[in-house]
Amino acid sequence: MAREKSSKDNAQALFHSLRSAYAATPVNLKIIDLYVGFAVFTALIQVVYMATVGSFPFNSFLSGVLSCVGTAVLAVCLRIQVNKENKEFKDLPPERAFADFVLCNLVLHLVIMNFLG
Amino acid sequence: MARSLAGFLVLLLVVSICEAASLFQPVSDSHRSAALELFTPDHGSFKSLEETYEALRTFQIFGIEKKPDVTASACRSISETVGSSTSTSKDLFYALKANSIAECKIHETASKGIISSLNAAVSAASSLLDFYYSVGGLVLIKDQSSKDDIHLADAEGVFRSVKAFSQSDGRWRYSSSNPESSAFAAGIALETLAGIVSLASSELDQSLISTLKNDISKLFDSIEKYDDGTLYFDDKLVDGYEYQGPLSITSSVLRGLTAFAAVTTGNIDLPRDKILGLAKFFLGIGVPGDAKDFFYQIDALACLESNRQDIKFHLACRVSIPLILSLSSAVLSLTKKDSLKVRVTTVLGSNAPPLTVKLVGAFSSVSKDASLVESQELKFDQGSGLHILNDLLKSIDVGSYTFVFEVVLQEPEDEKVYVMGSQTKVPIFVTGLVKIENSEIAVLDSDLGSVESQNKLDLTAKNDVSLSANHLQKMRLSFQLTTPRGRAFRPHQAFLKLRHESKVEHIFVVGNSGKQFEIVLVKYLFFHGVNIFLDNFLGLVEKFFYLSGKYDMELTVGDAAMENSLLVAIGYIELDLPEAPEKAPRPPPQPVDPYSRYGPQAEITHIFRAPEKRPPQELSLAFLGLTILPLLGFFIGLLRLGVNMKNFPTKPIPATFAVLFHVGIGAVLLLYVFFWLKLDLFQTLKVLGFLGVFLVFVGHRILSHLAAASAKLKSA
Repeated sequence: MAREKSSKDNAQALFHSLRSAYAATPVNLKIIDLYVGFAVFTALIQVVYMATVGSFPFNSFLSGVLSCVGTAVLAVCLRIQVNKENKEFKDLPPERAFADFVLCNLVLHLVIMNFLG
Repeated sequence: MARSLAGFLVLLLVVSICEAASLFQPVSDSHRSAALELFTPDHGSFKSLEETYEALRTFQIFGIEKKPDVTASACRSISETVGSSTSTSKDLFYALKANSIAECKIHETASKGIISSLNAAVSAASSLLDFYYSVGGLVLIKDQSSKDDIHLADAEGVFRSVKAFSQSDGRWRYSSSNPESSAFAAGIALETLAGIVSLASSELDQSLISTLKNDISKLFDSIEKYDDGTLYFDDKLVDGYEYQGPLSITSSVLRGLTAFAAVTTGNIDLPRDKILGLAKFFLGIGVPGDAKDFFYQIDALACLESNRQDIKFHLACRVSIPLILSLSSAVLSLTKKDSLKVRVTTVLGSNAPPLTVKLVGAFSSVSKDASLVESQELKFDQGSGLHILNDLLKSIDVGSYTFVFEVVLQEPEDEKVYVMGSQTKVPIFVTGLVKIENSEIAVLDSDLGSVESQNKLDLTAKNDVSLSANHLQKMRLSFQLTTPRGRAFRPHQAFLKLRHESKVEHIFVVGNSGKQFEIVLVKYLFFHGVNIFLDNFLGLVEKFFYLSGKYDMELTVGDAAMENSLLVAIGYIELDLPEAPEKAPRPPPQPVDPYSRYGPQAEITHIFRAPEKRPPQELSLAFLGLTILPLLGFFIGLLRLGVNMKNFPTKPIPATFAVLFHVGIGAVLLLYVFFWLKLDLFQTLKVLGFLGVFLVFVGHRILSHLAAASAKLKSA
């Protein structure tokens, strides 16, 4: 009984600490996280749709899902490069990372549009 | 005593029937018209003098008028050959032969030249053919020119040199170097020797002639024969010279024989029926289709024919003249009351001397023992030249028979000149109407034999009987055939055909009693009747491939002696057969009409892949709306985070670049939308190229400006 209560308390305490820690992150990172969340949700919705109606046409489904996943991946890369606490990319200016992000997205979406049919 | 004699005579008769019966026809009008067709000159002339001679001789034998253009062109080539100094003895020989018929005039000097060259050829001759052409040429020119003093210088010497080519078996060689001998060469040699004898200035040594007669007898010992009494000469295949074939070989021998017989006195010992056999050989060929074969046949037959006038003079020397017995028709009809008409002529169709024809016996093909008619004489009709026997058919029934005739010459002197076979056997068919009676069809119960249903049939007309039976019952079809004389008739062919709706057919044959087929049990129930039993369909079920249903029935009865052979539809029978077991044989596939593949083919319906089931449109639109939701959530989140535009550059140049950068990105995205909607990849890439360059430039400016600004802020 006490253990259960304590585990529940522990979970709550963990959740709160995470929340507060997250609140400390800079805003630009939060924007990127939001963007990633948006992309993933869109992908999920597409998967649910496919599960409902079947995978025809499969190429459209793939391009839709892969566009979301691809852009999410690129956003994660951008986040890694922009994050000031990341010592590895100290010398890389964030504008440069953003330019890469934009370029890669444009290429990705060209491919996606081609595959969309 | 009398009985044994009669028995002996019967035995003799039977033995003589061992030779097969056959019918020979003398030369007729069809031969004549065939001759006109075969020997057609090419623009009035023939290819060679040899062919010219053959054509002219054939026309002469048939009595066909000489056409002036043919004669003219023949004369042209003859005079050409005769006048030329380079003509060989072979060319001269054929030219003179053709001239003997065409009767063109040869110039004096030309004929002198011919005589001298031929004499030279005789002296220089080394092979049999050299002698043949040169001696033959001299004989011909002697007949044609007015000179009487054409003689062979050393007739006996030439005779001996030709005789040197002879062999012991009666055949001759072509030359001393060639060891092969042939009967064809024998014929040529005999002609040559006959020519030598006629050209000799004085009597030749008789011993030479008699040895030659021995050679002829030996040659005739090697004669070959067929079953129907024809005789012919044949050689082994000879290398070096072409193998001639029995027709030309026999023709050559006969020519040589008759030529020799014409120049010698005294008889040549030849069995007379050998001449008859040779005549039958030539007549048995019918009408040959080749000009050369035609010539050989007709020339040989002409040797066997002669004018009556000559007979008195050459009575002792001539080869016997064969007489041929022929019938205008070998089929006699009882319904038409035909009478037996027999004609006796020479081989070329000329009239025979006075004679009587006797019908000695008529033997049926089935029972060869006793003659069905008595020996009787045929009446001679002067007008038509036929020997006729009426009322013969009163005692003869339908069927096939062998009639035996005997010919007796009325004047005894003719016996030496003409030769007739001892008995002539001729196959005769007698046809008539066969009565079909008591025909009925019935279905019986198998074990009891009781009749379930019965129908009377009229087999002269189409019937429309309908029966039904199952596999445990029997079907019986019976009818009776009677000949005009009232005897039972057994037809050669009697079939019952059952045809299913699906065109599968089954044929049942009527066989002789005692013979049982595995399918059909056939019996002669009555002495008169003919029955077909289909033994209870049980045994036949497998043969029918277990196909139940309606079967059309058709009866065929036929025989050569029946004038009213029939093929009649009887009706149909509904068969109820059990189900086919697993392993039962399937009926054979019916033959497809071979021309059906050229007709229109079956229509092809293209079956594309069935289109996938699409979801209802409302569901898709609902999810489209759902997809927009995360985007809205993103914007709301952005607002909550307190996103602002404070860092947007205020100075005009960077501001424009910033604006252009965003516009550029927007343009690219718009391009993608157009790409999806209507553009293709290449157009897109082209535009993208331009936009991309622009975007890179602008982006670089603004981003480097921003980077410089933040670096300034950091250092500051």
